[in-house]
Amino acid sequence: MNLTLKIWRQENPQAKGRFEKYDVKDISSDASFLEMLDILNEQLIHEGGDPVAFDHDCREGICGACSLYINGRPHGPDTGITVCQMHMRNFRDGSTITIEPWRAKAFPVIKDLMVDRFAFDKIIQAGGYISVNAGSAPDANVIPIPKENAETAMDAAACIGCGACVAACKNASAMLFVSARVSQFAVLPQGKIEAAKRAKSMVAAMDEMGFGNCTNTYACEAECPKNISVSHIARMNREFFIAKVTDSAKK
Amino acid sequence: MSKFIHYSSLTKKYIMSIAGFFLMMFLIVHLGINLFILPITENHEDVFRNGVEFMTSNPLIKVMEVFLFAAFIIHIIYGAVLQIKNWMSRPVRYRIEGWSHTSFFSKFMIHTGIIVFIFLVIHLMNFYLVKEGFTEALSGPVTVENNHDFYHMAINLFTNTTYSVIYILFIVLLGFHLNHAFQSAFQSLGWNHSRYTPVIKAIGNIYSIVIPLGFILIPLYFIFLY
Ligand code: FES
Repeated sequence: MNLTLKIWRQENPQAKGRFEKYDVKDISSDASFLEMLDILNEQLIHEGGDPVAFDHDCREGICGACSLYINGRPHGPDTGITVCQMHMRNFRDGSTITIEPWRAKAFPVIKDLMVDRFAFDKIIQAGGYISVNAGSAPDANVIPIPKENAETAMDAAACIGCGACVAACKNASAMLFVSARVSQFAVLPQGKIEAAKRAKSMVAAMDEMGFGNCTNTYACEAECPKNISVSHIARMNREFFIAKVTDSAKK
Repeated sequence: MSKFIHYSSLTKKYIMSIAGFFLMMFLIVHLGINLFILPITENHEDVFRNGVEFMTSNPLIKVMEVFLFAAFIIHIIYGAVLQIKNWMSRPVRYRIEGWSHTSFFSKFMIHTGIIVFIFLVIHLMNFYLVKEGFTEALSGPVTVENNHDFYHMAINLFTNTTYSVIYILFIVLLGFHLNHAFQSAFQSLGWNHSRYTPVIKAIGNIYSIVIPLGFILIPLYFIFLY
C-alpha cells in the first residue's frame, strides 16, 4: 500500500506545532498501524530527519500507552481495539491519513503525538486504597460475590486508561474513565467500605484536572477500545449522589 | 453565588436534570391547554379561557410559577456554565473531528438551547409581559379585549403566517432539544438499567415527537384551515 500521512509535529510542549505531510510506500496490509509508523520513522532517520514521537509499549492492547487520533477517531477506524492492534487493511491504498495527538487541556502535548496523561494518575491516586485484612492470606472465594457483580467489576476493570474517552468526547470529559474506576470497586464487598469517599475524591480530582462535563453524547462508549459501557457513568452518578446525600444527612 | 458556580460537575448536572424534568412536565400542561385553541370540542374557547384563568390566578399555580421561573433560570445558567467549561477543556481543536458514533442531537444541545431561549423571550413578550402590563398585545384580525385575553392574542399571532412558520421552526428545534434531554436527564441522575433504559429512550423519542407535534398542529390549523 502507498499512503500519504498528515502528522502533527510539535518539538516541545511550548512549540506551536504544525501538520507535516509524508509519503510511505509498499506498506503491507498485514502490518499494524504502529509498524507502519516505525517504517516511516526509519525512513526519516535515514534521511537525517527527526522521527515522529508516539507512545507505545505492549503493542497488544493491554497497556493503554498508544494514543493516536486517526481521521477523526481515537484509535482509528476499527472498534473495540487499540491502535497498536489495528491493521493497515482498515485503510484503502492511496488514501490520506491524518494523525493527531489526543486534544484536551488536561492532556498537554509533550512532543508530536505524545501527550502527558498525568491527570489520570492524579485521579487514580485520589481514589485511594481499599480496606483488606492484613493477616494471613485469605482463602480464595471465602467472600461470596454474585456473578453479575463480579462480571460488572471485571468489565469496569478492563479499562486500560488510554484516554480515548477523553479524546473522543466533544467536551474532553473523563467520565467514562473515572466511572470505570469507581464501578470496579463499588460493586465488590472489598471496595464498599471506601465507596463513598472514593466517588467523591475521584470526581473532585477529575474536576480539578480540567476535564469537561459529560453531556451524555456517548462518543466515549463508541470509541473505548475495551467497550466500557456508559452504564458505569450512571453508576458513578448514583454513587456520588448517595455519598453527597449521606454527607449532608450526617451534618 | 460563588458556591452555586463551584458545585461539583456532577451536582450541577443533577440540578440541571431536575430543572429539565420540571420544564418537561410543564410543557405537557401547557400543550394540554393550548390544544383547546383548536375547535376540538364545542366549547373549546371556554375550556381554553378557563385553563388560562386557572393557570394565571390559582394561588397554588402562582407558587409553582416561582418554581417554573427558577427552573428556567437555573437550567439556562448551568447550561451556559457547563458549556463554557466544556469549550475550555479543549483549547486546541482537532483538524478532523467528530467521526465517532454519537447520540446525534446531543451534539447540538447548546445551539438548540440558545434558539429555544430566544423563542422563550419572544413568547414571554407576547403573552406573559402583556398580562403583567409591561407590553402591548400585538394587533390582528380580532380585537383583544383585555390583557388576560390570551385566546384572541393567540389568534392574532397565528393568523400571521410569518409568525406561524417561525413558530413551527422553533418548535421543531425544541423537539431536537427534548429528544436528547429526556434520556440524558435519566442518565445524569444515575438511572441506567439494561432493561429499562431502552424503554426510557423510546418514551423520550415519543415525547419529543408528540409534544412538538401537538404544538405545531395549532399554527398549521391557522395556516391551512382558519
Ligand atoms: S501499545 Fe499497549 S495498548 Fe497499544
